[in-house]
Amino acid sequence: MKHIDSAKHTRGESIYLDDIPLLQGTLFAAAFGSPLAHGTIRRLDLSDAEQCPGVVRIFTFKDVRGENQIGGIIPDEPLFAENHVHFIGMPLALVVAESDAAARHAVGKIKADIDPWPVVTDPRVAQANGELIVPPRTFRLGDTEKAWSLCEHIVEGRTDTNGQEHLYIETQGAYAVPLEDQTIRVYSSTQAPTAVQRAVSKITGLAMNALDIEVTRLGGGFGGKEDQANVWAALVALACLHLKKPVKYALPRVDDMVMTGKRHPYSSDFKLGLDKDLRIVAYEVDFYQNAGAAADLSPAVLERTLFHSTNSYFIPNVRATAYSCRTHLPPNTAFRGFGGPQGMFVIEAAIAKAAETLNISAALIQKRNLQRTGDEFPYGQRAVSEAHACWQKAEDLYDADALRKQVDSFNMKNALFKKGLAFMPVCFGISFTKTLLNQARAQVHVYTDGSVSVSTGAVEMGQGVNTKMLQVAATTFSIDPALVKIQATSTWKIANTSPTAASATADLNGKAVLMACTEIVGRLKDVAAAELNTPPGNIELHNGMVYVDGSPTGMTWKQLVMAAYIRRVSLSEHAHYATPEIHFDAAREKGHPFSYHVYGTAIVIVTLDCLRGRYTIDAVKVVHDFGTSMNPQIDRGQIEGGIVQGIGWMTMEEVVYDESGRLRSNTLSTYKIPDIYSVPAEIAIDFLHTDRDNLAIFRSKAVGEPPLMYGIGAYFALRNAIHAFNAGAALPFDAPMTPEKALMALYQKQVKHVAG
Amino acid sequence: MIRFILNNKLVQSDDPPGMLLLDLIRYREHLSGTKIGCREGDCGACTVLTGEWKGGQVVYRPVVSCLTALGNVHQKHVVTVEGLNMKELSFLQQAICEESGTQCGFCTPGFIVSMAGFCLSENAPTHARALAAVDGNICRCTGYKSIERALSKVAALLRERQGDAMTFAVDHGILPAYFKEIPGRLAELSLQPNGVLHERKGSRFLGGGTDLYVKDHAGMSQADLEFLSTEESLKGIVLEEGRCSIGGAATVSDLKESPIIRQAFPHFDQYARLISSTPIRNIATVAGNFVNASPIGDLTVFFLALDASLTLSDGVSRRELPLRKFYKGYKLLDKAPEEFIEKISFPMPDKNERFHFEKVSKRTHLDIASVNTAMQVKMSGTGTIVEGHLSAGGVGPVPAYLTKTSSLLKGEKPDSHLLARVIGAAQQEISPISDVRGTADYKRLLLSNLIKAHFLTLFPHLPVEDLL
Repeated sequence: MKHIDSAKHTRGESIYLDDIPLLQGTLFAAAFGSPLAHGTIRRLDLSDAEQCPGVVRIFTFKDVRGENQIGGIIPDEPLFAENHVHFIGMPLALVVAESDAAARHAVGKIKADIDPWPVVTDPRVAQANGELIVPPRTFRLGDTEKAWSLCEHIVEGRTDTNGQEHLYIETQGAYAVPLEDQTIRVYSSTQAPTAVQRAVSKITGLAMNALDIEVTRLGGGFGGKEDQANVWAALVALACLHLKKPVKYALPRVDDMVMTGKRHPYSSDFKLGLDKDLRIVAYEVDFYQNAGAAADLSPAVLERTLFHSTNSYFIPNVRATAYSCRTHLPPNTAFRGFGGPQGMFVIEAAIAKAAETLNISAALIQKRNLQRTGDEFPYGQRAVSEAHACWQKAEDLYDADALRKQVDSFNMKNALFKKGLAFMPVCFGISFTKTLLNQARAQVHVYTDGSVSVSTGAVEMGQGVNTKMLQVAATTFSIDPALVKIQATSTWKIANTSPTAASATADLNGKAVLMACTEIVGRLKDVAAAELNTPPGNIELHNGMVYVDGSPTGMTWKQLVMAAYIRRVSLSEHAHYATPEIHFDAAREKGHPFSYHVYGTAIVIVTLDCLRGRYTIDAVKVVHDFGTSMNPQIDRGQIEGGIVQGIGWMTMEEVVYDESGRLRSNTLSTYKIPDIYSVPAEIAIDFLHTDRDNLAIFRSKAVGEPPLMYGIGAYFALRNAIHAFNAGAALPFDAPMTPEKALMALYQKQVKHVAG
Repeated sequence: MIRFILNNKLVQSDDPPGMLLLDLIRYREHLSGTKIGCREGDCGACTVLTGEWKGGQVVYRPVVSCLTALGNVHQKHVVTVEGLNMKELSFLQQAICEESGTQCGFCTPGFIVSMAGFCLSENAPTHARALAAVDGNICRCTGYKSIERALSKVAALLRERQGDAMTFAVDHGILPAYFKEIPGRLAELSLQPNGVLHERKGSRFLGGGTDLYVKDHAGMSQADLEFLSTEESLKGIVLEEGRCSIGGAATVSDLKESPIIRQAFPHFDQYARLISSTPIRNIATVAGNFVNASPIGDLTVFFLALDASLTLSDGVSRRELPLRKFYKGYKLLDKAPEEFIEKISFPMPDKNERFHFEKVSKRTHLDIASVNTAMQVKMSGTGTIVEGHLSAGGVGPVPAYLTKTSSLLKGEKPDSHLLARVIGAAQQEISPISDVRGTADYKRLLLSNLIKAHFLTLFPHLPVEDLL
C-alpha cells in the first residue's frame, strides 16, 4: 500500500503548521536569543523594541504564569533565561507583533548587557571540570582487567564524531489559539504532543486537560522535534494566554539552526583486545557525550550509546563508561539512532584500527565476532540474532569476493582515483529504553455509514506510520482501506502519549489499534451471529462481507455496523497496549530492555578522487532484517532515506561551532546535506525475511532508525580508499570525512607514496 | 502595477516590486503548496516556474520564489504546484506516488514543479537532464533513489515526444490544458497599456536577486529598485568583431544555452553543473556574480582567466574596464554606486586556445567553492605555451588573477618541471585564510592539486605519474 499522503503531497495540498489558515487577529512571535554562550545578564533593554511599529508586547521570564521550566528528564532548562545564559540562542524575550516582519524587526532592537563567563565547547574539558548532566554510567560484562592477559593483540585509540543538524525541511513552529474557559489549542510541529502539553502546562500554569495539542503532520522530524518543539509551543501559548489572541511562530531557518540542539558530538577512547584467532576478547570504551547546556534527552541518548557499544558483536569482556558532559552549546537532542550510531562508530573504529595494525581486512574481524542467538549483551539480554544470516546473505548475494577483486583491480590500474570497500553490520534494539514509555493507546470509532476513524498517539512525519495504522485497522476489520481515516494526533483524543520516536511508534500504536479493532470485531461477530442465528465462532468478516462457515451471507460490513448500532452495541473502543516482557534495572545496568533487535549488513563501496579529495558513493548493498514487512514500499523508503542521512553524517555534514560557542554552519549555504548527486549510485536492498515470532506489529520489524547506521560504512570505505593511495597515512578516527579531511590525509607528507 | 498570470489567473498587484514572489504566493494568494525551507535558494521547496513570452513561444524556467522579486515576473506566467494540478493526478504526480518518492512531503511540491520544468524544456530528455532538473531540490527523507526512479519514468515518456514540449505535456497528462492558452494571454498582456513596470528609475540595482535577497530580505522588499533583468538590451550573447559580448543581465542558464558560449567552451555544461543549481542559474546574472565581489565567485574566476572586459554604464556615459582591474580589495570595486555592468566581453578563443575550470566544495553541487580556478593557454604549433592565464578564488580577499604565476607560462613547454614552478609561484601569490570553507593549509593544497588538474586536462599527453 502506498503512503496514504502521497497524492496530497504531490498536489501541494497537505497541511503543515505554516499552512493552517489564520484566524482573524492572529499575532506573530519572534524570540530574542542570547548573543553570548555563557554569562550573567546585567540588563535587558526592551525600550527601543517596544517602540517599534506593530509590536504588541514583549514577554520575558517575568511573564511566566506557572514555572519557568521546560526540562523533560531533568528540570534544568528554563524557557526564558533569568539571570544567566548558557548557550547562544537561549531565549531571553519573545516579541509579539502584528506581523512576522514587525516581530523580527523588533527583535533586532533588543539589547542585552551580559557579563561574559568562560565558554566550554569540548566535552572532555567539561568532564574534567566535573560538569556532568548525570552521574557517569558503566555497563559491564565479564572482567576486562583479567581479559587483557588473554589477548594476543591490543589496540587503543580515540574517536570523534561530530554532531548533525536535523534539517527537517519544515522548520520548528507552533500556533496557539485561545478557546473559551482558559483553554488553549496549540498546533505544534512536534513528535511529542504530550511533551508539548506538559511544557505548556508548566509554563502557563494551566492543567493538562485545558490544553489540546494537535498535530496533523510534520515536514520531517528525525528526533529534532521530539523534545525541542516544546520551546516554541510554550512561548506562543504563554503569549496567547496573556493576550487572548492567536499567536504563531514559524521559525526562520537561521533561528531554527542557531537555537536548537543537534545530534550529540562524541569524543571517545577505546581499547580492544583480540586473541590469535581474531576473536575479540575484551573491549573497554569511555564515551564523552557533548550534551550542550541542559539535559534535554541527553541521559537517554547516553544510555542507548551504551546499549549499542558492541554493535552486532559478541564480546565476552566489556567495560563501557559514558559521561554526559555539560557544555555551552544548545542542548543536544534526539536524532535518528539516538546515541546508537555514536556507540557503533567507536567499536567499528576499534576493529578498523586492529585490522590496520595487523594489515588485514576489517571484515575478517567483523565476521568472526558476529553475535549468535543466545549470546549475552553487556546489559544482560540474550540475543535472538540474525547477524550471521544478514552477513552471509550479503556476502553471497552481492558476491563480496568479486566486489573486493574489482576494487583491488581498479586501484591497481588507477593512479588518480581509488576505491574503498567496507562492511557495516548493524544491530539495533527496539523499544524505548525507558521502559515506562513503552505504552500506547488508540481510539477507534466505527460510524453507521461503515466508515472508520482511528486516532493514536503516533505522529506522521513522513515515515508512513499513519499508513501502517490504517493497514492495521483495514486488515483487522477486513474492509476497504478507503473506509478508514487516520485523524490528526491530539492530546484531547489520546492522552499521555509517548513521543513518536525509538522506531517503536508503529509497533506500540499499531498494537493498540489492533486491540481496539479486535475488540470491535468481537462485538460485531456477536451481532452478526444474533442476526444470522449462528454461533459467533462461525462468523468471519472478509473483504467487507460477513461469512458464515466460509460462505458469504450477503450481509455487508455497512449492514452489520448498522445492525450493531440498532442493537445499541458500542462501535467505539479505546485500547491500551503495554509492551510485555521488557524490564531494566538501572541500578545493576542489567535487564531485558528491548522487545527485539533489528539486524542487517551493508557493503559500501566508494570512489575517491585523489587529486581533488572529493568522492562518490558507488554502492550500498544491504541485507536487512525486516521480519515480515507489512509495507515493503514504505520500509524501502526508510532504508534508502536512512542510509543517505547516515552517509551525510559521515561525509559532508559538518556542524561548526567556534570557540565562543557560535554556530558557523548556520544556514543551508554553510551546512550541506546530501543532494541528488551525492547519494549512492546504487542502493540495493534485500529483504531478509524471517517469520519467527516477535513483538513487532504483524511481525513487521521497526525500520526507522537502524538503516541510518549503514552510513557509517561510508566513513570506513573512504579510509580504505585513502590508504590505497597513501598506505601509511596516519588517520585519526574523526568523522565526518569531509573532502578537506580526505585531501589532507591523501597528501600527508611524512608517509611514502604508493600510488600506481 | 505589476501584472502577471499566476497559474490560470491574472494577478495585478500594487505591492512593492521588491516584494518576494514567495510571500505573494503564500500570504496574499494563499497558495500554500509552495513551501518555505530556507529563504536563501538552497533547498528548492519554493520552486515555481516562470514562463516568458519570447519570439512566438513561452519559455518556461524553474526559479526559487524566495529570491525572486515581483518586479522580475512582470508580464510572465508564474506556475505553482496548484497550477499543475488537474482533477486526477498528473503523470508526474503519479510517478512520484508510484515510486514512493514522497515521505514527509514538504519538499515534494518543489520537486513536482522542477519536474514540470524538465517536461517543458525543449532539450532532449536524457536521464542526466532529468536528474539535473531537480539539482536545486533538497529532500531529507527519501534518499532520492525513489525520486530518481520516478524521473526515469518521466524521461522515458518524454522520449516519445514529437513536436513541441508544451503540447506534448498537455496531451500526455503532464500539464493542465489551460497551458495552451497561455501564449496568447501573455502576448496580450505584453501589449496592454500600463504594461510598463515602472516609469522612473529606482535608486538601487537589482538583477536576479539571488545574492541581495539572501543578504537583506527585509530591506530589499521595501527598496526603491531599478530592475536590470527585465531589460532586454542587457541580455544578449553575441559575437562582435571576434569578441564574445554578454549582456550584464544574462543568466548562467543563458550562457549555458548560448551556441556562442558552447562553441567557445565545449565543456561549458560540465562547468555550469558545478555552479549553484538549475533554479538559481535561471535567475542569477553574470554581472551579479561580478559585483557581489565574493572572493570565490565562480563566474568571476572563470572570466578572469579569459581577460574579460567590462562595460560600465551610469545610464548616460560608459567606460571600459578589464575585469582584472575591477577588484580593489575585499568587497571593494572600481564602480560608482550609479554604475551597472552593461556588458562583459572577451576575445573569442581560437583553435589554439585551451581552457579549463575547476571547483571543489564540500558538496560537489549547489555549494560555494572552497577553491575554484580557471586556466587558459594559447599553444603554438610546436607545443609551447604562447601565453597562459591562471585565476583562483578562495585564496585571497578578492577573486584573483595570478599575474606572476601566469607570466611563468609564457614560452614554456608544459611538463612536470613547469608544473612545479607554477605551483610554487602560485603558492607565493596567494594568501588564503581559514574559514567555514576550509583551513588555509587545505586551500593551499587544493589549489596546487587543481593546477595539476589543469595540466592533466589541458595537456593530456603528459604522463599522470609525472604530474602527481
